[in-house]
Formats: sequence, C-alpha cells, structure tokens
Amino acid sequence: MLRMIGGRLMTTIPSVIGVIIVTFLLTRVLPGDTAAYFAGPAATPQAIAEIRSKLGLDRPLPVQFVSYVTALAKGDLGQSLTTGQSVTADLAARLPASAELTLAGLLLAMSVALPLGVLAAVKQGSWIDHLCRVVATAGVSLPVFFTGLLLVYVFYFLLGWSPAPLGRLDVFASEPPRVTGLFLIDSLLAGHFETFRAALAQLILPAVTLGIFSLAPITRMTRASMLAVLGADFVRTARASGLTQAKVIGTYAFRNAMLPVVTTLGMVFSFLLGANVLVEKVFAWPGVGSYAVEALIASDYAPIQGFVLTMAILYVVLNLLIDLLYGVIDPRVRLEG
Amino acid sequence: MITRRTAIAAGLAAPFVAQGKLGAQTPSRAETLLLVQEYGPNSLDMQGIGSSQPVNGVALNCYDRLLRFKPVPIPGGGGNTIAMGELEGELAESWQVASDGMSCTFKLRDAAFHSGRKVTAADVKWSLDRACTIGGFATTQMNAGSLEKPEQFVVVDEKTFRVDFVRKDKMTLPNLAVTIPFVFDSELAIKNGGGDPHAKEWLKNNVVGSGAYKVESWKPGVETIYVRNDAWTSGKLPQLRRIIARDIASPSTRRALMERGDADVSYGLPPKDFKDLLDAGKVNVVGVPIPNGVWGCYLNTQVGPFKDVRLRQAVAWVMPYEKLLQASLFGRGVDMSGGAETPKVAWPQPFPYTSNVAKAKALVDAAGGGFSTTLYFDAGNATVAEPMAVLIKEALGAIGITVEINKVPGANFRTEIAKKTNPMVLNRFAGWLDYPDYYLFWTMHGNNSIFNIAAYQNPELDKLIDAARFAPDKAAYDANVVDFIKLVNREVPMVPIAQPTHDVALQKAIGGYQFQPCREPDFRYLTKG
Repeated sequence: MLRMIGGRLMTTIPSVIGVIIVTFLLTRVLPGDTAAYFAGPAATPQAIAEIRSKLGLDRPLPVQFVSYVTALAKGDLGQSLTTGQSVTADLAARLPASAELTLAGLLLAMSVALPLGVLAAVKQGSWIDHLCRVVATAGVSLPVFFTGLLLVYVFYFLLGWSPAPLGRLDVFASEPPRVTGLFLIDSLLAGHFETFRAALAQLILPAVTLGIFSLAPITRMTRASMLAVLGADFVRTARASGLTQAKVIGTYAFRNAMLPVVTTLGMVFSFLLGANVLVEKVFAWPGVGSYAVEALIASDYAPIQGFVLTMAILYVVLNLLIDLLYGVIDPRVRLEG
Repeated sequence: MITRRTAIAAGLAAPFVAQGKLGAQTPSRAETLLLVQEYGPNSLDMQGIGSSQPVNGVALNCYDRLLRFKPVPIPGGGGNTIAMGELEGELAESWQVASDGMSCTFKLRDAAFHSGRKVTAADVKWSLDRACTIGGFATTQMNAGSLEKPEQFVVVDEKTFRVDFVRKDKMTLPNLAVTIPFVFDSELAIKNGGGDPHAKEWLKNNVVGSGAYKVESWKPGVETIYVRNDAWTSGKLPQLRRIIARDIASPSTRRALMERGDADVSYGLPPKDFKDLLDAGKVNVVGVPIPNGVWGCYLNTQVGPFKDVRLRQAVAWVMPYEKLLQASLFGRGVDMSGGAETPKVAWPQPFPYTSNVAKAKALVDAAGGGFSTTLYFDAGNATVAEPMAVLIKEALGAIGITVEINKVPGANFRTEIAKKTNPMVLNRFAGWLDYPDYYLFWTMHGNNSIFNIAAYQNPELDKLIDAARFAPDKAAYDANVVDFIKLVNREVPMVPIAQPTHDVALQKAIGGYQFQPCREPDFRYLTKG
C-alpha cells in the first residue's frame, strides 16, 4: 500500500515541476508593470526604476527563475505586495477559510444531491425525476454571485434571520485558538460553543450558495450512474433472487454506482476551492480565490505562483485520495504504482 | 407540541437567534465603530514603497506629524473639511517662520510614544530624513514641498526642531501636514531594524508612533482593529475607544450593511449607491468636492489627430457635460462646463465650453473632417468611467469622430499612460495639496510626469506654472494663475468633465466627520451616540 502511494507520488513530480515553470513564465508574460503599479500615484520614472530593482524585476528572466526556485526549495513562496505579507503566511491563513466553506457547501450539496439522484434513477420518469432535472438546471444556471446576493437580500436584508455578511465571524466574536484553521472544528475542540454558533451562522448562507451551484453535477452524475448500474445483469440477478428493494439498491447498486460519483465529487471540490471568488466577494469571506484574483489584477507575481502551486499540489493529493477510495469502494480496482 | 420538523427548524435557526443576543450583550458596542471598506492597508508604514491607499489611514490615526490641517466646516454642513493655508500644531506646540523666510522653527509639545518614551527632536529628524531618502512615493511627495535632503532638518535641542528651506515654497508647511512626514519612535525602529537604516521590514508590520490610536490587530485583507491611545496629548482625546475596519469587497454587501444599521461608516461605494442612500434618508451621506480633483479627458498633443488644437476644442465643445455628470456620477460632482471667460484663482474650475454641437462640427470640418480614434480608461474606475466613455463615444459620433473604447486593467494602465501615445484617455487625478499650480505641475508641465497624459509641452505654460509656484506675493501669484488657466482654456490638453464628490455614508448616530486630503477616515474626530 505504502509503496503504491510512494510510487504514485513519484509520478507527480514531473507535473509539479511543469507547473512551477509554466506559472513562472505565464506570470512574466502577463501584460502590466508591477513596479509602475506599486510606485503609486505621482511616481517619477526614477521611483519606478528603484522599485523595479528592489523587486529584482530588472534582472534577466533565468536569474529571476533561479532565485525563485532557490527560495521555493527553502519553502519560501515570496512576498505578496498586495497584502505586504509572505505568501506562505497568507495561504496558511486563507486556505482553511476556503476549505471550510467548500467542504460545508459540498456536504450540503451531497446531502441533497445523492438521495435525489438515486430516487430519480429508481423512479425514472416520475415527478421526482423531473424535480431532479429542474433542481439541476436551476442550480447550474444561476450564477453564484446572483444566488449569493439574493440570499443576502432575503435572509439578511429583508428577514434579518442571518447575521451580517461580514466574513467568517461576527465583529464582536473572537477567533478560536488555531488548531486546524477550520473555525467550526477549532471552536468545538476549545469548547467555545458561542463561537461555534457564531461561525456556523456566518457559514450557512455562503455554504448554501455554493451548495446550490454544485448540486447539478452531483445529482446528474448520481442519476446517470445509478441508471447504468440498475440496468446491469447483477441487479437483475439480485432482484430475481428475491432480495428486497432496499437491499438491491442500497447495498449492491448504490455501491457500484459510487465510483463515477466520487470522481465528480473530487473534481467539484477542487474546482470550488479556487473558483468560489464571487461567493468570497459577496460574503467578505477571506479565502484563497479572492486572494489570487486580487494579486492577478495587481500583477503581483508571488501570490499567483504560490496559489497555482498550492492548488496543483492539492489536486495531486486529492486525486490520490480518490484513487485510494476507489479501492475501498470496489476491491476489483487495482492501482499500479 | 414538538414535532421532528419544528425541532429541525429550531436547530437550524438556533445559531441566528443566539447571534442576536451575543451582539446585544457586548458592552463595548457603543464605544466601538465598525467601518466597512473595499480593501484595507497592505502595510503599516505609509513611507514604505508600494503602500496602498488605506495605509494613509494608519499614518493619520496612529502617528502624529508636526502640523495638521485645521478643521473648517463643510459649506453644506455634515462635518468638517480642511483649507490649505490653515494649519495647527500636532506635535508642534508652536512654530515660527524666520524673518528672512528661509527656515521654520518648531517647539515640540510634551508628547509620548506608545512605548512611553518622550517624543524628541531627534525622532522628528530621523523620520523626516527617512521620508526624504527612502525613495518611491514618500520621497516624491516630500520633494513636492521642497523638502529634498536631510541637511534641511536640524535638531536645535531636545524640544526644538528647525526646517531650513532650499527655496521659498508656499507648499512646504502644508506638506508637513500630509500623511507622509509622520514621526516614528526612532530608537525602537533602529533597534529592531536589523541593520536596515530605514527599518523597512519591521516598520511595515509594527506601529511605533505617538498617535491617537494603536493597531491592536491587523489581518491583511480581512480586518484592522484600532484601539485608542489614552495617553494621547497632541489633540482632544477621541471619543471612540475601538475601531474595527473590515474589508468587504462587494459594494452591494457594504450598502446592505449600512442600510441594516450593522455597519457605522462606509467609504468607497459607487456614486449610484451614495445617491440612493441619500434619497432614502436612512443614513447620512457627507460629500466634499475633492479639492484639486477632476475627471478629465486627456487629448494627446504630440501624436495622433489631437495635435490639432481645433480638434481638442471641438471635443470640449461637444462633451455632453450634464449627461456625463448625471449618468456616470449620479449628480455626485460639480459640472466643469460654462465657466466665465476670465478665470478665478481656483482649480478645478469650469472651462468656458458648453455642449454646442454646431460649433464643434464647424471646428472638425475646418480641421479636415472626421476620423477614428481610441479612448482609454482604467478598468479599476469602470463604475464611473465606463458610462462616461460610452456617452463620449456617442457625442463624438455626432461630429464625425468614431471612437473605439479600450478598458485597460489596473496593472496595465500605468504602463499604458506612461507610453504617452494614446490619443484619448479618461482619468481622474487629484493632488493632495490644493493649489492650481500644483495640479498643472503634475498634469500639463513640460517636465512630463506620468500624469501629463496629453504629453503637453509648452514653454510658455511652464514659465507661468514655475512663476506661480515660487511667486513672491499674492498679486503676482494670482496673475500667473489666471494667465495659465486662460492658456489651458484655449489649448485644452485636457477637457475637464466634472469635479467628483468624495462621499462617505455614516449612520445618523455618527458625528464629527472630518475630510482629509488623503481621503481616508480620520477616527480622531468621530463621535457616536
């Protein structure tokens, strides 16, 4: 098992190296002048030149690349100019926020999408199948910022049920001691139930927004995969052997239908983690997506490189986990190192 | 009866219900101000290179300067603004310009840094030396007031400090009141600087001032929390004990927070939101026409069609001024058309042009007829600039000039205007020091700064601007200003469109609003309740 994991990790090294080179080059060919941007208003050409040399941007590209890789080897992702902090610290502070929101959104989506998809497949053509289709279409066709603003408008502005969309915690609540960086878990570990409730209240609306968006792929994939399995020979055999409906669907069909669903879940998760910028903007959520976009607007190289690299590594790890999960769900799946 | 359904509903609602109670119980709410802003500081050191706009707020509230601008009432009410010539002491108890007018001596008051150590003249010198030598924006700003080299700053004794002038410059003293020449605790800075004479890295993350507020916590991109410095003696002790400044990127969310009454103050909403808030009347909106600020259309005088002055005048005659003001700024500004033939001593002021298509058409025909050109603007300003650009395109179409609109992303915009080859650029420039010659020095002088987007070169104008800048007396100054404004009225390298209003939304319970040239909130005067 361990050898298999090790082998898998080895194969990812070339892709990580590729990511490093490509992001470095891509950020350099971006139009825009970092030095001119950060020299601020009323900057003289000398001031801009000074900043350029301070940032090392006047050196030839290969030299810049070597110093970037040397720093990277020491775990230093460089300094962000937009926040003034080291990229490592920024990502460490922001990744848990994104992860907490994405996980919550995904769990919400799963709790609705999986049962809905299974029922739609079992009762194909019934009202529940149509409901499934409507939910999926609506979810995917509503842009997240629209759903987000609508939820804020209804539940915060009109009804006043939801707390002010001020980020991860109300202004007057204090952060729980940091263990995982996920406020819900940290506050429970510390036994701060007030903080847990405050964090949960802030989390619900953005998580629902993300959940609605990710409903569609999960529901549709569950339904399609269940349909394929329900039509298979072994299900007919199970039915013919007189097993109960629950046993056939729950134990045999569902488990076999899970493989493509798990793949979809993995893809949706990694997509949401980086791409929920609009949700982060609407709810003032301090996540990595808005961090990367702000850096991009300012041509701030280090955070963009750090973000892409982190995402690439997360993607690799996630894929590995999914592959391992395959083996658990279906013992016939064998992974080659 | 408790059914499973009501139990689930109650469980889902529980966090919200408890949330309300939590807020109400917090005792400090009445003495705490919640400010929501688009983005927060990227450093705590305004002198440092690459500091963003909100860092001015840190400099303003957490550090003291020798002088500050005296509050003067906003003509329409709602709070106070400033007037360039009117200064009062901050760290300086008194100051005296020498009889030859070539130096100024400051007596320091008894003030202490947050560390408890007394502020001395040596700290003032270290800080002003730093601003002059650190490079980047801080040095440029110091130079704008003829504060150019460390030899100008002299420690007379522990409580006396002198600034020697390199030339007589009316901007020297006002420039000591902007957010750059603030005073650090130099001992702490040197001790923690790690060999860097400017202690850049350390001061970026640490506040070592004597100002009215300290930074309690700073999470870049999330929030900044300020607490009052109860030992502050450089002014009246502020009423608010704690300020929480949260970064909320979405303007819709900020507006919702204001309208629900959850946030106390918001800066930087789109003009339409300010207008709506004003009309709804639930919160106060205080607007100050930005001193020395104007939205203008720069026409390139060196390359392209607008080399011909007749075409520049044609553009000035065809601008739909009123429509531009209403559709892009929603009336939150001052129209810049229809001014008198003889200008006043003021900037910005309306140029003598009005919307007159016939005149414009005649000028275009005289110059050889229609053509195509491109209009550039910064995508970061799109909320205002985009509707403006569309209206200008439409208006110029009527006189045979076809305009293509090019929206340039923030990081590229500086590069783009530095090229000085773009025929038309929409931009807003606002100078901190409110003098006509200062504005024109940056935007139309032959020294060709990056903001001279029209690349305007005219020795006659340069002579008038330089003469005004160092004019010996008011009569000479006024004459120079009137002359150079007449000249640019005729030459129009830039067609002024509107002087925008700097708007702030405040809850009704918030008082004491103070406008500052850096356009960041001044917490020291704000009151609540």
